[in-house]
Amino acid sequence: MSLYRDQGVVLRTQKLGEADRIVSLLTREHGRVRAVAKGVRRTRSRFGARLEPFMHVDLQLYEGRSLDVVTQAETVASYGAAIAGHYPRYTAATVMVETAERFTSEERQPAMQQYLLLVGALRTLVEGERVPEMVLDAFLLRSLAVAGYAPSFADCARCGEPGPHASFGVSHGGALCASCRVPGVATPAPDTLLLLAALLSGEWAVAEGVEVRHRREGSGLVAAYLQWHLERGLRSLPLVERA
Amino acid sequence: MYEGVVQDLIDELGRLPGVGPKGAQRIAFHLLAADPADVRRLVAAITEVKERVHFCRVCGNVAQDEECRICRDPRRDVTVLCVVEEPKDVVAIERTREFRGRYHVLGGAISPIEGVGPDDLRVRELMTRLADGVVTELILATDPNLEGEATATYLARLVKPMGLTVTRLASGLPVGGDLEYADEVTLGRAFEGRRLIDV
Ligand SMILES: [Zn+2]
Repeated sequence: MSLYRDQGVVLRTQKLGEADRIVSLLTREHGRVRAVAKGVRRTRSRFGARLEPFMHVDLQLYEGRSLDVVTQAETVASYGAAIAGHYPRYTAATVMVETAERFTSEERQPAMQQYLLLVGALRTLVEGERVPEMVLDAFLLRSLAVAGYAPSFADCARCGEPGPHASFGVSHGGALCASCRVPGVATPAPDTLLLLAALLSGEWAVAEGVEVRHRREGSGLVAAYLQWHLERGLRSLPLVERA
Repeated sequence: MYEGVVQDLIDELGRLPGVGPKGAQRIAFHLLAADPADVRRLVAAITEVKERVHFCRVCGNVAQDEECRICRDPRRDVTVLCVVEEPKDVVAIERTREFRGRYHVLGGAISPIEGVGPDDLRVRELMTRLADGVVTELILATDPNLEGEATATYLARLVKPMGLTVTRLASGLPVGGDLEYADEVTLGRAFEGRRLIDV
């Protein structure tokens, strides 16, 4: 058994016994780690609020057989208060951590890109300059891309025919040209696909220039696309507060 | 694995909150060795609580009748309502003897990752209680952790149009603790939650 050090974001916590918690973290170097934080629920705990969801912490952990043990935790960035104090941010951030957890289903498998995405998205959310739902959709699309499921919003996902195209097949990987389209696929507004492409590539000026009414359709497509690639639905996604 | 009924007992105990497999085994063998009269008292208490105790139809607290002791007490101030997550929080606040109003027990905190949204808690019942305008101050005493804060945020926003005084406990700083030992997040919360003091 050995000590190691890493940075991580707290994804979720779970009560354990009288005063402990199991903390699920996405770390920079070690991927997703589950660790016990002893005594953390006591008012006088030396960890205080540092191991609550959304906290970005510098950790020292003791490697255990099944669960590691947190021995030290220092704050890198405190996102918790700014998220808990704003309900739309809270629901969006919860979907982010649940998604990050699902895309790192295997523990201790390094997932640096997913980690960096999560840290960036939480920071953007807390800075408050962007609409929480858009920050969430951008994060979801990029998480899908990191996992190898980047949807295509312009070229046909089947034959590569340059777009834009009118159809979007959730189970086909994205936009579909007239000859590849199949019955039953979505036909979103062209601006909706423009919005999603901009969110995926991080062109905020373009995304924010798209009319607000297209955001809901875009969020619906992102949710459907995400659910298609996850075995089980996300519990937090239906609870997102939409403007 | 143990024989039939012993293993059944261990399995049942293991389903209780905070009891792991080892703890379940320890409790099971404690019960096996215990005085039969002690065990009968425990069984009777469990049966009794399931048969006689309900949730108060007004506030959601545990009650032996349709309404709990606090809701029936005419000396309690009906203009101040304190919102808590669980019945055990009512007990904790009653112990301070600071509060003379009434309670509303939500039945938990909003936790989307567990699939718990506002509709899964007694939020609609709270709004119904506030509708007649008798309550003028709402104290949000949800837990001083992230889910509790988010739940308070949600409720504060929801009741805002009603023009009530909404307060939050200045939370986190342990009584008797030194400021310098408080972690920065907790200390920050206590600052944010500070109340005006009249001198
Ligand atoms: Zn009552």
